Amino acid sequence: MDKIKLIIDNKEVSVPKGSTILEAAHKIGIDIPTLCHFELKDLDIHNKPGGCRICVVEVEGRRNLAPACVTECTEGMIVKTNSIRVLNARRTVLELLLSDHPADCLVCAKSCHCQLQDLAARFGVREIPFQGEQSSYQLEVSPSIIRDMNKCVMCRRCETMCNELQTVGALNAIERGFPAVVSTAFNQTLANSPCTFCGQCVAVCPVGALVEMDHTPKVIRAIADGKKTVVVQVAPAVRVALGEEFGMKPGTIVTGKLTAALKALGFNYVFDTDWSADLTIMEEGTELIDKLTRHLNGDKSVKLPLLSSCCPAWVNFFEYHFPELKDIPSTAKSPQQMFGSIAKSYFADKIGVKREDMVVVSVMPCLAKKYECARDEFKVDGNPDVDYSISTRELAALIKQANIDFKSLEDAPFDSPLGESTGAAVIFGTTGGVIEAAVRTVYEVLTKKPLPKLEFTELRGLEGVRSATIDVDGFKLNIGIAHGLSNARKLLNEIKEGKSQFHAIEVMACPGGCIDGGGQPLHHGNSEIIKARWEAIYEADRNMPIRKSHENPSIQAIYKEFLGEPCGHKSHELLHTHYFDKAKVIEVKLD
Amino acid sequence: MANYKYHMLVCGGTGCFASQSDQIKKNLAQIIEEKGLQNEVQVVITGCFGFCEQGPIVKMLPDNTFYVRVKPEDCRELVEEHIIKGRKVNRLLYTDPENKEHVADSKHMEFYKKQLRIALRNCGFIDPENINEYIARDGYAALASVLEINNPLATIDVIKKSGLRGRGGGGFPTGLKWEIAAKNHADQKYVVCNADEGDPGAFMDRSILEGDPHSVLEAMAINGFCIGANKGLIYIRAEYPLAIERLLIAIKQAEETGLLGKNIFGSDFSFDIELRYGAGAFVCGEETALIHSMEGERGEPTFKPPFPAQEGYLKMPTNVNNVETYANIPVIILKGWEWFSSIGTEKSKGTKVFALAGKINNVGLIEVPMGITLREVVYEIGGGIKDGKKFKAMQTGGPSGGCLTEKFLDTPIDYDNLIEAGSMMGSGGMIVMDEDDCMVAVSKFYLEFTVEESCGKCTPCRIGNKRLYELLEKITEGKGTMEDLDILKSLSKVIKDTSLCGLGQTSPNPVLSTIDNFWDEYLAHVMEKKCPAGQCKALKSYIIEPDLCIGCGACVRVCPVNAIKGEKKMPHEINQADCIKCGACIEKCKFNAILIK
Amino acid sequence: MEKIKSLADLKKKREALQSNLKLREQGENTESLIQVKVAMATCGIASGAKQVMETIINESNKRHIPVVVTQTGCMGYCYAEPTVEVTKPGQDPVVFGYITPQKAEELVDKYLVGNEMLDGVIPVNYEKVEQ
Repeated sequence: MDKIKLIIDNKEVSVPKGSTILEAAHKIGIDIPTLCHFELKDLDIHNKPGGCRICVVEVEGRRNLAPACVTECTEGMIVKTNSIRVLNARRTVLELLLSDHPADCLVCAKSCHCQLQDLAARFGVREIPFQGEQSSYQLEVSPSIIRDMNKCVMCRRCETMCNELQTVGALNAIERGFPAVVSTAFNQTLANSPCTFCGQCVAVCPVGALVEMDHTPKVIRAIADGKKTVVVQVAPAVRVALGEEFGMKPGTIVTGKLTAALKALGFNYVFDTDWSADLTIMEEGTELIDKLTRHLNGDKSVKLPLLSSCCPAWVNFFEYHFPELKDIPSTAKSPQQMFGSIAKSYFADKIGVKREDMVVVSVMPCLAKKYECARDEFKVDGNPDVDYSISTRELAALIKQANIDFKSLEDAPFDSPLGESTGAAVIFGTTGGVIEAAVRTVYEVLTKKPLPKLEFTELRGLEGVRSATIDVDGFKLNIGIAHGLSNARKLLNEIKEGKSQFHAIEVMACPGGCIDGGGQPLHHGNSEIIKARWEAIYEADRNMPIRKSHENPSIQAIYKEFLGEPCGHKSHELLHTHYFDKAKVIEVKLD
Repeated sequence: MANYKYHMLVCGGTGCFASQSDQIKKNLAQIIEEKGLQNEVQVVITGCFGFCEQGPIVKMLPDNTFYVRVKPEDCRELVEEHIIKGRKVNRLLYTDPENKEHVADSKHMEFYKKQLRIALRNCGFIDPENINEYIARDGYAALASVLEINNPLATIDVIKKSGLRGRGGGGFPTGLKWEIAAKNHADQKYVVCNADEGDPGAFMDRSILEGDPHSVLEAMAINGFCIGANKGLIYIRAEYPLAIERLLIAIKQAEETGLLGKNIFGSDFSFDIELRYGAGAFVCGEETALIHSMEGERGEPTFKPPFPAQEGYLKMPTNVNNVETYANIPVIILKGWEWFSSIGTEKSKGTKVFALAGKINNVGLIEVPMGITLREVVYEIGGGIKDGKKFKAMQTGGPSGGCLTEKFLDTPIDYDNLIEAGSMMGSGGMIVMDEDDCMVAVSKFYLEFTVEESCGKCTPCRIGNKRLYELLEKITEGKGTMEDLDILKSLSKVIKDTSLCGLGQTSPNPVLSTIDNFWDEYLAHVMEKKCPAGQCKALKSYIIEPDLCIGCGACVRVCPVNAIKGEKKMPHEINQADCIKCGACIEKCKFNAILIK
Repeated sequence: MEKIKSLADLKKKREALQSNLKLREQGENTESLIQVKVAMATCGIASGAKQVMETIINESNKRHIPVVVTQTGCMGYCYAEPTVEVTKPGQDPVVFGYITPQKAEELVDKYLVGNEMLDGVIPVNYEKVEQ
């Protein structure tokens, strides 16, 4: 590759052609401050509008200052990143941003995680010389996301995530000049937009403009209420990320401490969503086997591929963008909802608690789960199967509030019976995991032979769209995997055009799957963190004594004593759902 | 076939059109038919004559009589007197403001004497809705010769040598731009005409499109041939319905005649032109924003490089030129680069069209050779300052330009001199200010425009300009401090230094240039809380001079807020707390007893 | 509309169309042209001024003489109608009387082209018609 030599702050540096000044400076230990710039290179996500102008530097021979994040290095370029002209300009730009930003840091959800706050501290801003009009936009509270656009700095990261990564198109800049802001079309609510509540916008927002809807006060109240039995379930991806909130290395598996913390918080029963993930495999796997068998027997009415349905943002996506395909996805509920359903029926009966006296809380790496558990079809007489869904970040906050020293907690096990799980369930936490878990079970059930190898490495990876053909005892099972909704869209378009060769497709809305969900600890653009979580998920799988869902004794037991058979009558009642045409439901009301 | 002995050219420019020039044309045609002269007299609607101050204009040929401020009811007299009896209608002739004499022939008017019309050569001369009139004026001959020579690089070389620079504001050498686009290889390239004219008071491009649309189409086709593009797009603001209508007619006629479309002049070259409508955002005049807008994206600029010549419309190499730039191309090709480069100054060749406005007698559209002085423009072409007031400044370059003061009156106008003088060419707005204009208020006016038109993408432009505006507002309200003036200066410099696109990089220019040239006025607002021009409402108070007031009560009756009190026949008084400074009293007082302080 | 398929086509079309705009182009520099005014009041029209004007325009065009032909009111020489006033650049106007279409052709040939006087000059110390 062509190399380019340039001088930054009197230091020579050689970089590949096409590198930006920011990258070149980074190489020689010069940390140019940035704000809008955001990249997850391994996932091919780039947000470089060059709009905030915090990263401006002086380039010899240029009339005005250059944004380091988008200016490409040229041979012999002489750059100054800390001249008085640069420092003054940078500070002024920051002061301008602060002059239109609410100074309510003390009570802001992003306090201590806010990049604007960091910059103000780094520049030592002690007063803001500019006074004037402050932006005032309507605060929006949705089931998953709170939008306080008065805090928006127009970095446009959320827009890039929403439009480029997710092709959802809910968020875009509206208005111009001072009132310019990122919002929905016609300034409608998120619920009235194509938003899937995937939360990727929240995950990348550098300030407190986009934050999750905080359900922890309700959870605390439920725990404090002596009449309630509070049951908690924890999603697979939480255990590989929560440690980060307590200063632990990314990728640390904290399952035992997590369970201990939940017990210390006072939950009556600490269960695992992994348990219901195994249940999901039984249902979804059976559905796949049924469809495949009918398909192989020449039944033309069988619609293939089968699409996974565990990701609520993904469900929202096809309901809005591809309603004509709503018959294709698996009707199996997501693990969160299966858990809620079983907890408030089978388990409540078992312990003799009335449905209305049981509160089911889920800890999820996800914000769409908040929306999912509020869906009407997941309620019985208005009582939801899952009452509250809190994110990994919210759980961390709860633990901190309760004076629990997370790092020094002794490992504790999950409670029984909804706490037992397999390695197949834990890999639900990353892209490719659900389908791998399904293949482990489908193979053995279909062929009645033991798997020759357990790990399907061909299904793993972080490329946006992957495909693999699995030899199921002679039958070639074609599998497609997509993460990031733009990639899902590609596969859906193929299905629409009748070009899809797949028998089953797994889709996760977030890049990397749940490990990088909208509710996870903030990675601030460091894709190494995501990779570490990804590796930890597979490590957690390897650590499990049982690694196939159908071998989970607790699952086997519930079929025997309660459910009957997978996809049977009871299952349909409790574990399956149906989808809606959301495209028709949304109406734009202009005010 | 009719053999016309008389042509009556009725200005169809926007200004005259708004004053019923279409009705004038209808009336003339009807009366001529009534008199049975339809085969002898041709009535034509043309593009803008430029002398908008005097519109609607009707020009008689062959004797070149220039009638001004014609009303539809004047038509009968014009036909009966001028055509039939051969007598000029004196009352409709232009009156020289100096010697009060009637001037019949436009060539003898000061307004036209120093003008040289290249880009506007056909405006006010041909019927823009008739391709034949354009062809008769050597239309499409330049395209034909370019295709005949069949050497794109040679044609680009002609444009390069002519010294033509972009007329949209930047002044980038046109030939060089074409060359870069030509050298970028791609299967599909585009030629885009930037007709998103947005400077307040500017209507150069609009007039060209309304008066001579074919010259732009022809130039775009030449451009397309030179860079290897077969598709042209005109980005035009939807607020220009007349220009759009005439462009659509022109495109249709050119297609029907085979001058656009497949295998033009039997060559291998094919070229189509389509319109793209803009919603009137000023920033969409910036070429990357314009391209995004055409793509259906939000109209906001992106960082360059990549330049449109590398990655433009739909990521393909795209050449963007302004309307006026294009209008020059066919003439340069027909008359040669030597001819073109003989006009103008060393680094700015040819002519420039300016929209002359403000406190000047002859408001209108003018085309002058580069190198003409401000004095010639203001005092000769412009006919001097209105009401004999004193010249204070001329604002050029639109909202991003600066103010030129008296000391620059004899500076030859070209790209480089204007920049040196602290302003810029811009797209060609020229707004004249007189002694009654407050320069702080002027810079506030322009800031208000840029604040409104900023796309909001980058911080300095989105928030910085807003804060600048707020500071100016504070100063004009008499609440400014010396510290505010310091912030005004330093913030202006940072906005220029850090903004993403040309809009933000130039928006503080009116502030900086008025600070440079009229510092005293700023000081007066801040230190003495006074507006020397008496324009800033908050800083003036209306006071009744007791010695002059006879207590007639006329002012009391006219005051809309009942701020004036006093007994009959006794000197009245204005309650300053209630007074809204509307000035109604001062107009009503017959005794000049009300003063502004 | 007929298609223009070549440079030659364009030239042909341009030539055919140019005469129509010639009148306007001449208006740009009337001073350097010969001005011909045909008196076109009732008396003039009655004695054939219209045909005279037509002839002058056509014959001048044929001979490519740069001339501006306009009409005017009665010059006061009703006895000598049709009358025609010719002003050559830089010269005093000359008024010709009794111009028939045949004589008009002669006028073009002799005076406009050749600067030769012909019969019928009204040698009055006459004021220019122009107001």
